[in-house]
Amino acid sequence: MPRIPKSTALTKRAPHAEALALQFGDAWAYAPAPETTPVTVKDRYDLFIGGKFVKPSSGKYFPSLNPASAKKLTEIARGSARDVDKAVVAARAAYAKTWSKIHPRERGKYLFRIARMIQERARELSILETMDGGKPIRESRDIDIPLVAAHFFYYAGWADKLDYAFPGKTPNPIGVAGQVIPWNFPLLMAAWKLAPALACGNTVVLKPAETTSVTAMHLAEIIREAGVPDGVVNIVTGPGDTGAALVNHPGIDKIAFTGSTEVGKHIAKTLAGTSKTLTLELGGKAANIIMEDAPLDQAVEGVINGIYFNQGHVCCAGSRLLVQESVYPKVLRKLTDRIETLRVGDPLDKNTDVGAINSKEQLGRIAELVDSGVAEGADLVQSNCRLPSKGYWFKPSFFTGVTASHRVAREEIFGPVLSVMTFRTPAEAIDRANNTCYGLSAGIWTDKGSKIFKMAGALRAGVIWANTFNKFDPTSPFGGYKESGFGREGGVQGLMPYLRV
Amino acid sequence: MRISAPPVDQVNVEERAARFTRRSIKTSTKLAGLKMAVSMMDLTTLEGADTPGKVAFLCRKALQPMDPRFHAPPCAAVCVYPNLVGAARAFLEDSRIHVASVATSFPSGQVPLRVKLQDVRYAMQQGADEIDMVIDRGAFLAGNYHKVFDEIAAVKEACGGSAHLKVIFETGELQTYDNVRLASEIAMRAGADFIKTSTGKISPAATLPVTLVMLEAIRDYFYETGVRIGMKPAGGIRTAKEALHYLVMLAETLGDAWLTPDLFRFGASSLLTDVTLQIAKLTDGNYQNPDYHSLP
Repeated sequence: MPRIPKSTALTKRAPHAEALALQFGDAWAYAPAPETTPVTVKDRYDLFIGGKFVKPSSGKYFPSLNPASAKKLTEIARGSARDVDKAVVAARAAYAKTWSKIHPRERGKYLFRIARMIQERARELSILETMDGGKPIRESRDIDIPLVAAHFFYYAGWADKLDYAFPGKTPNPIGVAGQVIPWNFPLLMAAWKLAPALACGNTVVLKPAETTSVTAMHLAEIIREAGVPDGVVNIVTGPGDTGAALVNHPGIDKIAFTGSTEVGKHIAKTLAGTSKTLTLELGGKAANIIMEDAPLDQAVEGVINGIYFNQGHVCCAGSRLLVQESVYPKVLRKLTDRIETLRVGDPLDKNTDVGAINSKEQLGRIAELVDSGVAEGADLVQSNCRLPSKGYWFKPSFFTGVTASHRVAREEIFGPVLSVMTFRTPAEAIDRANNTCYGLSAGIWTDKGSKIFKMAGALRAGVIWANTFNKFDPTSPFGGYKESGFGREGGVQGLMPYLRV
Repeated sequence: MRISAPPVDQVNVEERAARFTRRSIKTSTKLAGLKMAVSMMDLTTLEGADTPGKVAFLCRKALQPMDPRFHAPPCAAVCVYPNLVGAARAFLEDSRIHVASVATSFPSGQVPLRVKLQDVRYAMQQGADEIDMVIDRGAFLAGNYHKVFDEIAAVKEACGGSAHLKVIFETGELQTYDNVRLASEIAMRAGADFIKTSTGKISPAATLPVTLVMLEAIRDYFYETGVRIGMKPAGGIRTAKEALHYLVMLAETLGDAWLTPDLFRFGASSLLTDVTLQIAKLTDGNYQNPDYHSLP
């Protein structure tokens, strides 16, 4: 277990909420409701290269843990530079021989088939996603997997209509795309990367995150069963250096990376001066802005969804809450009571709202940042929930008394920790919201439409939600400003990075 | 006094309400929840054809909702027209079951205040200890909020200390969540002990999102004053499953203190049959023939 600092183990309530707090105890405790459908997890997962499951050239495997128990779930092949090379060669051959040659309508058919097979196997994929990554089954079942299928359906539709996406221009595929994805939405990020790349006629080498490779390998099975030509999709699992080998491979035409800003910057430096094109979707520190005229109960729900969704492992999470001073006490009290009703625990339980932290390393990072917040003088408020004794967990938390110079207000925590700040006027809200090196998303809560349009125009963020948060749809482009990256995924804009127009 | 209420966002309220229906309530939790639902039920008969015999039937059922071996609690109250309060009170004399009466010219409320107050006083004289009044929706929709407030306050005064006042909004006629929220603010400030969605005579009656808006109003009023107002969704709740959705929403919005018949009621007539059926199923492991259970 990483060191959990003493300070974060304390539970404090906002002082003025003390007197008349609601009690969310055991008057009517919910019995466990685990998802019990049996799924098959293989003992070990090989690489997927050239349409076949092959052993890694090094012969090495590494364990993949279930973060809810910290026990080994399975073993994943450790792909090396040689394996990456094989995958790129297979992808190049498939690109030249089949994928760029077949009629775009045929590419669309394959993608439709993949989408349908994902729907058919949705329950299996949801359970695996939850076992491997720690996210609540409610989210993988209701959000992740349906969106995965939706992305394939959406881009399947574009495959034979690319000429109409960019009128008057001739779109052509780029070639072989190297794609490196994160661990927060393992299969969804794979879908975001694969679907547009394939629809546009590219072939792909995908590198899943080290801690969450299982569902990508089940997707490989689906791709094979769908009859996608060999080598069109290759999946090479492994740690960071496997990804580095992919990024550095000379046979790649395009790199798409989703992950931390630190790694993204490194990749951008590496690729400078090469012929490879690049899109980056990196970190965020989104402002969720509550105006005094907002529907407060719904706004608080939006804040909860904005930061505690997927344990806060969301690059567009609303991790900074900006509240207009006149409604700050009300919002604080509602928030303090609301985090008590978040059910933290077994991710496979259908009633769980907040699951396990993805890895020991991530838990350590969260704990370190929360500790810094306490050390820098912010006030920590945490849920009184009980945490399981095994596995990696963090209580839903928020800081009050935060100033923009605190680390918890500036750095991406990527955990269930919110920083609450106040403002006085709309102009100040915009200034504070933009006062970050990131610019992935933002949220506005107000009953006034004119305010929404005015503020949305002034916020420097790629995605702006008004009176909602963390809503995703394949038809809508997603991407960042500033150090949150460049390039868009989703929508017609999501085709651009995979085409030469 | 300026009358206003916080805005409500329709999309998010409906989304939040739907979330409660996704809770998986099983085994011991389900059984406890269903028995709690029985204890919170206002068994209702509001027909022109009501007779003392029908009311007696209802009272017997409230006392013993199902076969005693299932240990189901008695219901909270029987709810009848003023003319039948006497019959209900005579029957329930020594029990702890409340006698609720719809008054104030239920269900339309379209008579002068003077007549409404007579209606209330009569019901109380006959033995009602809970009064379910309707607000003047005509006045509300015309923007005459002070009239609505004053009528509730007058009825509350008529109830004195001896009867609990439930205020019915008829949310199906108010239509918007903003209106429901505003009506809640008015009613709580005017003296309501309970706020109630519907008469059961208009469709839609109670829905989860409407009830959520009212629960949120109750929560804000509690934050502000420390006073706990009760909630009664009425009409349209027919299945045990729906009743559990309401209880989940209640438990996760207002917490433990509200999980009591003193602060939450179901206004229903046919709901009890399905709830008792499900209690028997959970206890015995298989469904009984519905004929073993009382008709509504």
